[in-house]
Amino acid sequence: MISNYYFINVIRFTLLVLVQVLVFNQLNFFGYINPMVYILFLYWYPIKENRAVFIGLSFLLGLSIDFFSDSMAIHAASTVTIAYLRPAIMRFVFGVNYEFQSFKLGNATAVQQFAFLALLIVVHHLVFFTVEIFSFANLLLILKKVFSIGLATLVLCLLFSSLFSVSKE
Amino acid sequence: MQQIINFIIRYKNFLLYLFLLMVALGFTIQSHSYHQSSFFNSSSWISGGIYETSYSISSYFDLDEENRKLVEENRRLRNLLFNNEKPVDSILLDSAQASYTIASGQAIKNSYAGRRNYITINKGERDSVKLDMGVITPKGILGIVQNTSNRFATVQSILNVNSNINAKLKNTNHFGSLVWDEKEYNVVQLIDIPRLVQLNVGDTIVTGGMSSIFPENIPIGTIKKFDLDRAQSFWSVDVDLFNDMTNINTVYILKNVNRAEILELEEETRSND
Repeated sequence: MISNYYFINVIRFTLLVLVQVLVFNQLNFFGYINPMVYILFLYWYPIKENRAVFIGLSFLLGLSIDFFSDSMAIHAASTVTIAYLRPAIMRFVFGVNYEFQSFKLGNATAVQQFAFLALLIVVHHLVFFTVEIFSFANLLLILKKVFSIGLATLVLCLLFSSLFSVSKE
Repeated sequence: MQQIINFIIRYKNFLLYLFLLMVALGFTIQSHSYHQSSFFNSSSWISGGIYETSYSISSYFDLDEENRKLVEENRRLRNLLFNNEKPVDSILLDSAQASYTIASGQAIKNSYAGRRNYITINKGERDSVKLDMGVITPKGILGIVQNTSNRFATVQSILNVNSNINAKLKNTNHFGSLVWDEKEYNVVQLIDIPRLVQLNVGDTIVTGGMSSIFPENIPIGTIKKFDLDRAQSFWSVDVDLFNDMTNINTVYILKNVNRAEILELEEETRSND
């Protein structure tokens, strides 16, 4: 059971990196929209796991994406940020009951799942484009990119999460 | 002491996060500085290998178009060759006298959506591709080699905010710098052209002779529109690229044989000042 758990996460990690760099980084919808579907790893990752391991894994995930997309370590910085903030976001979205043993992402209401995913994406994209553009003179550009690319990421993540539903595991 | 340890244990996740964030930002800021070759680039064997595998599959789908592009280039070059007034002498083709050597390769990964775009090509140190070599396509300029590994290299595209290439108006010697304002992937900017220069929409822009990376007169694009800059003394020109930056396949890597000598001479001149 435990090894099965690790196995699923390792497979997920690898597949998400490959799908991201080989498919979604080449998408260039409207010339600049490349959705970042690898955020789903953080959405799907089990809740009760060791936090330090989770933060480390997220850092590695971001770094692997950077490795392929010549983006220095921007993906790593933004992914590790949402990994650290995830418990706070979960408490905000699901209330205190997410800390109970019986809580599962699949049992939450659709609105809650949606809000959780959307918050992860918004925070991630905010950090990502702030670090990438690195100047507040371009605040409008940052917001425009966060909105348009965030929307594309959200739609694709929702599609993926309904295709590979967590509750069936 | 006890309290310090308690503090560390209590905030270990936060400290871990802070540490990793600093590492990430450190890498990012360090690579901002020019020509600091970074560890995280797609020229490494693993990412290059994966991109090459992916390319070897996807390249079949546009063989036709690629073929047409290369034939078009051949036609253009033959046109030049046959209409040259003086016949090409075999002595002129002697490789010992050439100032540029040319290698060919394929772009296995292209990007144009970000601010700092890089292209990965399937030629590396093994094929004597080195830092700061110029890379062009059959249609025009592409970029400059930034990182190399044994089998692959990354090319800093002209669609990169750090890119700065010497360019000029065709048939004159008025030169400026080619930069990118990251707005459109088919338009780059030529800045620092003096105001007294007569410009027309549609004029051709080519590489200038002031760089030791590109030979003179490699096509870049045509003037789309031009405005005076903020100081009202220089033109800022929007250049429509000849290259379709979204569809890069065959590339040529240019090596300036005399580059080391030029750089040495320039360095010497500077130190004599």
